[in-house]
This record gives sequence, C-alpha cells and structure tokens, in this order.
Amino acid sequence: MNIDKRICDDLVANDVSFVTTVPCKQLAGVIEEIDQRSEIFHIPSNKEDEGMGLCAGAFMGGKRSAIIMQNTAIGVTINTLATLTQFYRMPLPMIISYRGELREPVACQVEMAVHTKALLAQMHIPTYHFHWQKDVEEFDNILKYTFMCNKPVAILTDANFWGGYGDQ
Amino acid sequence: MIRSEILKDIAPIIRDHLVVCNIGLPSQELHLIDDQPTNFYMLGTMGLSSSIGFGLALAQDKPVISIDGDGSVLTNLGTLPTIANNATGNYTLLIIDNGSYGSTGDQPTYAGRKTSLAAVATACGCDNVVEVQDKDLGPVLRAAIDSDDMTIIVCKCDSGNIKLPVITLDPVVIKHRFMQAVAS
Ligand SMILES: [Mg+2]
Repeated sequence: MNIDKRICDDLVANDVSFVTTVPCKQLAGVIEEIDQRSEIFHIPSNKEDEGMGLCAGAFMGGKRSAIIMQNTAIGVTINTLATLTQFYRMPLPMIISYRGELREPVACQVEMAVHTKALLAQMHIPTYHFHWQKDVEEFDNILKYTFMCNKPVAILTDANFWGGYGDQ
Repeated sequence: MIRSEILKDIAPIIRDHLVVCNIGLPSQELHLIDDQPTNFYMLGTMGLSSSIGFGLALAQDKPVISIDGDGSVLTNLGTLPTIANNATGNYTLLIIDNGSYGSTGDQPTYAGRKTSLAAVATACGCDNVVEVQDKDLGPVLRAAIDSDDMTIIVCKCDSGNIKLPVITLDPVVIKHRFMQAVAS
C-alpha cells in the first residue's frame, strides 16, 4: 500500500481542497503527492500558526482545509488552536509527523514527543496515533468526524508508520 | 490621523467588501464605526489577520481586505513571503502603521524606528507595495481593491487610541454571519 497516495485519495474524497504544509523528512512523500494533485491547492507555510490562519480563511471561503506539520508545531500553535480554530469552532484535520517516537534517530525530537499527547489532551483535541501502515484505514473516518464536529483533530503519524528512516 | 480616524475615513470604501480585521482596538473600532456581516473580527490570535484574509482570498473570488497593524505584521513576518509567492489579485493587505503596539498601550514597534515594512514586503517579493500617508489612503485603497493585481498598502499614521468597549459578539456568530456574507 502506498500511504502517501492513500492519504491524498482520502483528502480528495472528503472534499479537502486546500492544504498547507510545513515540511518534515517523514512527510516528504505525502507533501509531494499533495503538490501534484490537481484537486488540491497546496500552499507551503513558513510557520504552523500562519498555516492555521490560512486554513481558517480558506474554510470561511468555502473550502475544506487541512494542515500537515511536525509535532514540534504543537508547541508553536497552542494559542492559535485555542483562540482561532477552537474559539470560532472551525474544523481542521492536522496530519502530524510524530517525531521522537520509536525508531527516531534524533534525541532532541524526543523532548517534544513526550509532551505531544499531553498537550493535545489538555487542549481537548481528539487525537489518533498511526503506528502501523494499516492504521491509515481509519483516516477516512477521522476526516468525516472532523468535519462533523467542527474541531481541530490530530493524526499523529510515527516513524514506524512511515517505514522508519532507512538505515539510520 | 490616528487609526480610528482612518477607519472612519475608509468605512464607506470597505463596507461592501469582505474585511478581516486585526485583533484588539482595530476590530473594536471598526465594529463601532460600521459593523457589517462582511467584517470578520479577530478576538484573539495576534498576527494572523493577513493569513486569514489571504486564505479567504485564495479560496473564493470576491475581493478581500485584511486590515493589519505594524506590530501584528512584525509578529507574523513569515506571512509576507507566503503572500508574495502565491499572489492573488483579489487580495489587499492594508497595514495601518502607527509605529506602536496600540492595543497594549502604545509601546513603540521597530516599524516606527529603523524597520520599513514597505521595504520588507518588497524584499519578500510583493510586486505592488504602496506606502501612503494617512490622509491620502482613500483613493489608494479604492484603486487597490479595483485592481486585478494584489496590493500591499503601508499606511503611515499617528499612534493614539480612543476609549471604546470590547466586542461582545460570540465568535461563532461572527463566523456564521461572515460565512453567509461570503457565500451570498
Ligand atoms: Mg500599531
């Protein structure tokens, strides 16, 4: 199964047509796939809170939007999630590279990984963790759930899900 | 002129257009001067007026004006390269540059000292950047809205605030009526 393609297929099937991204090595394939899809307008952001602002505007303009980013971004975007996405009740699927989990080669990434789920729980953000490739089968349901409840929803995707870091 | 006088001046120009208005006093002033369902008032999230307005402009065809401040643009400087590299003609960014953080007590910003936001926007790749003095804003703004090219306006003005109440509209109500205005 090509999970990059599967994620894009599910986004398109759920009418998500505006996606902003901040890159991560693990996310390179899915970002490239999104960039190539004619059904999706792809706009890279310089910072994740900026990206959430773009998504809020696009949503109010009638387009379903999504953000792709690293879990380090949770540390950057708490205020935006609380005072924009949640306060105004806007849906936002967040496809998050869960750095610092099993098979992570960079020690510093663990420092944010240990806070990631606690911060999301504190924010009352519904959170799903993809560890095995087959977990992607839940993605379609998660998207439907997000646009049903008008909330930001986190999908944490770890290194095992993406197939590790090769020989690292 | 101070910001509230500028907003009074341009209210007839922007009233029929989609406006995303910056957090704090700018939104409170616009709400008091000319509340419209086509106004999206930011109640929090300093810095994102430009990003929200730009996302809106990319998602649909109607003209969109983001009213931003010098302090807020400095908070989210990364917005300017994003806007420059994805330019859309229906978008106007109006930066009301009074050289201070107005909503927090008029502490000076770097835009009021050595930093030129117009030069920053140009360096970021924005093609149509206009710096204008407060009293000359009206015609420049009207031309920017009518133009098929995206325009960044830096409007230099005095710092200073009027006393006025906070916005008590519920955020979901603000969003709901704004989305209806966008779709109408
Ligand atoms: Mg200011």
